[in-house]
Amino acid sequence: MPRLFTEDHEWIDQDGGVATVGITDHAQTQLGELVYVELPQIGRQVKKGEAAAIVESVKAASDVYTPVSGEVIAVNEAVVSDPAKINTEAESGAWLFKVKIAAAAELDGLMDEKAYRAFAV
Amino acid sequence: MASRRTPLFDWHVANGGRMVEFAGYELPVQYRAGVLKEHVHTRTHVGLFDVSHMGVARLVPLDGRFETAAAAFETLVPADVLGLKPGQQRYSQLMNDDGGLRDDLMVWRPRDGENGAVGMVVNAACKEADYAHMQASLPATVRLERRDDVGLFALQGPEAESVLASPALAALSFMQTASTRLHGFDVHVSRSGYTGEDGFEIAVAAADAVALWEKLAADARVLPIGLGARDSLRLEAGYCLYGHDIDMTTSPVEADLVWSMGKRRREQGGFPGAARVQRELAQGTVRRRVGIKPVGRAPVRDGAPLFDTEAAATPVGLVTSGGFGPSVAAPVAMGYVPPSLAAPGTRLYAEVRGQRLPVDVNALPFSPHRYKR
Repeated sequence: MPRLFTEDHEWIDQDGGVATVGITDHAQTQLGELVYVELPQIGRQVKKGEAAAIVESVKAASDVYTPVSGEVIAVNEAVVSDPAKINTEAESGAWLFKVKIAAAAELDGLMDEKAYRAFAV
Repeated sequence: MASRRTPLFDWHVANGGRMVEFAGYELPVQYRAGVLKEHVHTRTHVGLFDVSHMGVARLVPLDGRFETAAAAFETLVPADVLGLKPGQQRYSQLMNDDGGLRDDLMVWRPRDGENGAVGMVVNAACKEADYAHMQASLPATVRLERRDDVGLFALQGPEAESVLASPALAALSFMQTASTRLHGFDVHVSRSGYTGEDGFEIAVAAADAVALWEKLAADARVLPIGLGARDSLRLEAGYCLYGHDIDMTTSPVEADLVWSMGKRRREQGGFPGAARVQRELAQGTVRRRVGIKPVGRAPVRDGAPLFDTEAAATPVGLVTSGGFGPSVAAPVAMGYVPPSLAAPGTRLYAEVRGQRLPVDVNALPFSPHRYKR
């Protein structure tokens, strides 16, 4: 399935009922160099729109909202040990967490890549 | 109120400055290099900062005598202004009648006399209130002259002296000032800054500001620096940010700024709030500004309450500045705690997003000062 995007600058890949969530390249550019990342506990039940992760630059802390409800089943420890990876690989290797999708309909209405690139300028 | 612009506005935009509103001005929070690189570049080479938003003013004595201007200013600040030698600068604070701080500032005595005037630089966010307060409070023996027609730059870092390539400026020690010519422009320069590094603050006529800035920025060792790195540099250097670490309620004793008061002034008073300062010097304060070093990697920021145990119900203190220190390569912060908990090494807990994170009281500065004495 093609990648989806939120207005809060998260991206979502879906595969076999699992959503992989990261922040967009536009988001990392706006935030600046990241120095700290906090990811959700594996097993945590998250609700759509809830702050599931924190990314912090030198300047400020920002919430990362989960675009879909469900159980957190994996987190990317590589970005915890090296937050700057998000600056270089935001939309590739630097995913943040995976959620077992509880209600796929929650993803309806999110932007496709073309719509997002036009939105995030 | 519409944002104001410094003479460098177009240069910042043309050179990748990400403009934000700060203290009523549109200023770059960073350029393309980004906060981390800008910070580290300042500590290893040279950073160039546009601080033209700050308030530059002079107190001009009507009788032309420095002592008249200095005595007038001493009625508002606790520093020894009368004791300034020609060309000498000091850090001080404008105080209120309750012993709190209206603003912090630099004050200097011009080397060449300037008809006995006392120079000052105050914070941008406070300058209108400062000027109104001074107009209302200063004796009729002096006239306040604001200088809104200047560009003000800070050139900071270990290579700043060699970038300026000026024997007159190389001869200055920390907190000395001189008027000279730089790249053909008339400038007033002090060897000072707010980063903890050796460096200079340069005032130039607004009309010459862009041309001088471009000359300085053209040096390969110089990188323009935005507000983001300016803040992380001053935090590592242990300096107060007005409105965060000091405000109308904090006294200079609580803020650990007693070093900036003259001995004569501490003993004799004669400035607003002197009774509180003298009482606190004799009897102690209820809180004191200290460095705070988080034990983990999570930054602890402005507003985080501090507790003396992991489970305590009531906070004992407050973080007033905090973030990531690129040179320390770890989070750093400062805040207020009771004097009984102010010793370096004291373990406290900061509440961040509902969690109690261990932090230790830490000596300031986090990054050692490297001034030319």
